[in-house]
Amino acid sequence: MSKLQIISKGILKENPTFALVLGMCPTLGVTSSAINGMGMGVATMVVLIMSNISISLIKSLVPDKVRIPAFIVVIASFVTIIEMLMQAYVPSLYASLGVFIPLIVVNCVILGRAEAFASKNNVIDSALDGIGIGLGFTLALTAVGAVREVLGMGSIFGFTFADGVMPLLFILAPGGFIVLGYLMVLFNKIAKR
Amino acid sequence: MSSFNILIGENISAEVLEGFATGNITMPVVTLFAIVIGAIFVNNVVLSQFLGICPFLGVSSKVETSLGMGMAVTFVMALSSVVTWCLQTYVLNPFGIGYMQTIAFILVIAALVQMVEIVLKKVSPALYQALGIFLPLITTNCAVLGVAIITIQKEFDLLTGVIYSVSTALGFALALVLFAGIRERLDVEDVPQGMRGVPIALITAGLLAMAFMGFANLL
Repeated sequence: MSKLQIISKGILKENPTFALVLGMCPTLGVTSSAINGMGMGVATMVVLIMSNISISLIKSLVPDKVRIPAFIVVIASFVTIIEMLMQAYVPSLYASLGVFIPLIVVNCVILGRAEAFASKNNVIDSALDGIGIGLGFTLALTAVGAVREVLGMGSIFGFTFADGVMPLLFILAPGGFIVLGYLMVLFNKIAKR
Repeated sequence: MSSFNILIGENISAEVLEGFATGNITMPVVTLFAIVIGAIFVNNVVLSQFLGICPFLGVSSKVETSLGMGMAVTFVMALSSVVTWCLQTYVLNPFGIGYMQTIAFILVIAALVQMVEIVLKKVSPALYQALGIFLPLITTNCAVLGVAIITIQKEFDLLTGVIYSVSTALGFALALVLFAGIRERLDVEDVPQGMRGVPIALITAGLLAMAFMGFANLL
């Protein structure tokens, strides 16, 4: 597989949200606006890249039986670092993402890539895989967030164009499920072509 | 031991009765009741807080298995809320290492799930048969870690924290069983080609969440 293919497969063919249906909790929980979705996506991407690099570095040192706990500790360390950085530099985003930042630890996308890719491949490929899957996740979250923000608030990335006329339902919980469901249908239709 | 329990029980009920009469102590009882109703219906963990979506979509094809999963989650959540609360109060806070919360909690929950699995296997094979296959899945159920963190964030005391965790888990079980019931019916329906599988499940969950919004003004 070429280097470019490793990156591009994460965006379309193995898109973590729409194709693999992993990491559903943050996908639904933080996407009430495009900015929130994007922030969550970038935070997850950084953790994913760092954990993929470290896990592929330590893969020969870790005994097979304790690899899952070892991977979780690596991931949790990076999540803690990201959590502290976000608290310091983007406090408003940190506040609106809330409990979902520490929950990056149990995002199955990250442990899934550690187990399926980083523990079998070299450092550079693992980093590229992290970038590809991370980009796919970020794009998916931004898309869901943008659609919900447009339909529910009449704004996009914070720029309001139709104030107070849109049904608030799409910002609330049911809208999240429904928007994600229809976007998945659309993605399947496009990906099949 | 049993007489001690009865004594405590009588003390509490007497206190509560007196409290109701004088209007002094109604507040905590009402608060606890509000926490229970709030966690099960109003702020349902799956349908309004978006925690534990993976098992909600993954283990909800049959009512029977979803009941098993719900029971296993309730069991683990109650235990883990006690352990993580004690860890936070007696280890992390006194030593000023609150930033280790995420790492410490996920390790404790993973170890706890493993331990519950081993103990159940030895002590009660019947229960292990019923819950066993769900236990490994629970480690990565974000509802367990999420509720442990929320309990600390809301600064509940131990009792309130446990009651909150158990009610949240009951809310999870309720949503899971309801959803499984709908999906069993959905299997025999003629769903359009592109919608089959996860998309229709998500839209169904959206409608279920809409129904749960009806509880919003309950409190």
